[in-house]
Amino acid sequence: MNLNIFVQHFINALSLGSLYGLVAVGYTMVYGILRLINFAHGDIFMLGAYFVYFATIVYKLPWAVGVVIAIIGTTICGLLVDRIAYKPLREAPRISALISAIGVSFFIENFAVVVFTGMPRPVVQPPILMQPIVLPGDVRLIPLGILVPIVAFVLVGCLLWLLYRTKPGLAMRAISFDIETTRMMGVSVNRIIALAFGLGSALAAVAGILWALRYPRVEPFMGMTPGIKAFIAAVFGGIGSVPGAMIGGLILGFVEIMSVAFFPTLSGYKDAFAFCLLILILLFRPTGLLGERLEDKI
Amino acid sequence: MRKFLTALMLVLMLCTVASADEDVIKVGIFNCLTGQNAFGGQLELEGTMLAHTLNPTILGKKVELVIVDNKSDKVEAANAVTRLIENDKVNAIIGTYGSSLAMAGGEVAEKAGVPVIGTSCTNPLVTQDKKYYFRVCFIDPFQGAGAATYAFRNLGFKKAATLVDMANDYSVGLGKFFRDSFKKMGGEIVASLFYQSGDTDFTAQLTALIDAKPDIVFLPAYFAEGAIVLKQAKELGATFRFIGADAMDNPEIVTLGGDAVEGFMHTTFAYDPSMPEMNETAKAFTAEWNKIHPDKAPNVNCALGYDAYILLKDAIERAGSAEPQKIRDALETTKDLPTVTGMTTINATHDAEKDMGIVEIRGGKKTFVGIVVPEI
Repeated sequence: MNLNIFVQHFINALSLGSLYGLVAVGYTMVYGILRLINFAHGDIFMLGAYFVYFATIVYKLPWAVGVVIAIIGTTICGLLVDRIAYKPLREAPRISALISAIGVSFFIENFAVVVFTGMPRPVVQPPILMQPIVLPGDVRLIPLGILVPIVAFVLVGCLLWLLYRTKPGLAMRAISFDIETTRMMGVSVNRIIALAFGLGSALAAVAGILWALRYPRVEPFMGMTPGIKAFIAAVFGGIGSVPGAMIGGLILGFVEIMSVAFFPTLSGYKDAFAFCLLILILLFRPTGLLGERLEDKI
Repeated sequence: MRKFLTALMLVLMLCTVASADEDVIKVGIFNCLTGQNAFGGQLELEGTMLAHTLNPTILGKKVELVIVDNKSDKVEAANAVTRLIENDKVNAIIGTYGSSLAMAGGEVAEKAGVPVIGTSCTNPLVTQDKKYYFRVCFIDPFQGAGAATYAFRNLGFKKAATLVDMANDYSVGLGKFFRDSFKKMGGEIVASLFYQSGDTDFTAQLTALIDAKPDIVFLPAYFAEGAIVLKQAKELGATFRFIGADAMDNPEIVTLGGDAVEGFMHTTFAYDPSMPEMNETAKAFTAEWNKIHPDKAPNVNCALGYDAYILLKDAIERAGSAEPQKIRDALETTKDLPTVTGMTTINATHDAEKDMGIVEIRGGKKTFVGIVVPEI
């Protein structure tokens, strides 16, 4: 492998890793606040991609309009999921909410199969984002590959600002410690949780849109693999930690791409490489890279 | 009382069957006429029925088709074959689209000793260790050899690579046969890369392929993944060509892949209504089909349904009898039989060895570019 090829691999890894990171951020945020692993996150992500497909291909709306519609539509779907499937279980044991999340995931996937059929659909790729820029040494970079990390880092920045510099953010962090006490302090807990879900869904929508642009194929089960990968990335980085999820996503992307780059004959086992690394990290740091050590209250 | 009545009815039924006309050859058809595979099963049935209309008698005896729907369901497939053998006492059976359905039905026919001719069940397991199952189509791995032969002999490429879905038996089998065949002819395999079903990012594998500098890459993928691979290859500036197999044969590939699929080739059966040089059987078939179905063009499934009947007719004529055992023996010795999808020879594993077609996407349309005789 010469330097040019290595640089190409590096660029590919950055693009893939920041996509994983973006999905993982939504996962980790909901977990951080509610201690709920929202397994439906990958399916909300899929809905975001379908909104773009319908807006741009079926109704032929301009691209920017499609993106706005997709983010709003997906956020509404996320809020509905919270209202229908999670809110009634707020007082129930955590495991019930987890099972409910798995149920929601199956429901959305199969609902999508019935409504949209299983046939994969194409996505409009704005040419300005796709025209490769040829760098010296025939390394190719598509503008989308730069856009994805930029969007990811900007969104993570905004999220951190919201969590640590605003009142609703303060309320969210308070809820993550103790829901009851927060309620006694006069915070409208359900509204704040809904806000967290709305934000998580909007993040899923952005990730879904960028994913569909990068891999232009929309289908009902497209959220499954990214969902699992993002969950791993979130655990990698320390679930509950927003910067951790981004770092976890990047590491996962780099491990996957570089394992193929250095061991092409083992390319079918790239997921195995990623999982081995996950096990190693968890053995030595059970709460992930940036996870805080949580003591169980007795 | 009820038991007695049932028994009486059974006896009566058996009598009617036993007294059936000796001068009729009964051919059972089990295919998926409803359910998820109905699209393919219907076309094959129409092909078989056309062959029957054109050849209503064999050895001077009238041929009667008994059609049973297997509903694209494994249990129904076994039931359908049981019904054909026990109720209708058929001499031979034709079917089906879908390898898993063929396997379910094949077990029943094997025990009863009735020969079956598969139409488009291409998984190697269908005829493996079976004495009575044959098929008119080639098997999956054969296509790998076909693609290798075309790449090496017709296109003159000397360096090839494979990109295989390691979680899919079909893909793994084809990839292995491609490499074996390509090396045997004297070509070089410069890289052999893998992915897993469900992957969407192939940039790592493609960059590694670009590094290995092959002339052609064999991609035995399903069309949804294949289209994305082709798209990313174009973005990365790959200059090598791609060749795939029949799982890439779907019009959606152009919708998904856009201009990135231009120049992509895949193997298929050697029949297409648009092909320039048709053999006599194919010409006759196309003309007759167009007479009966002026509104739709025939496809490969129609042709295979037709060919299954022709194969059976040939075997019965050579056997000089419609006894299941004799038909079986004759089927085993089928050699160079002219059929719509090329010259058909039944090999030791009961699979058809025949020419293979190559299709290329040109101007967003499937174009038949040539016929190749795979070198295994």
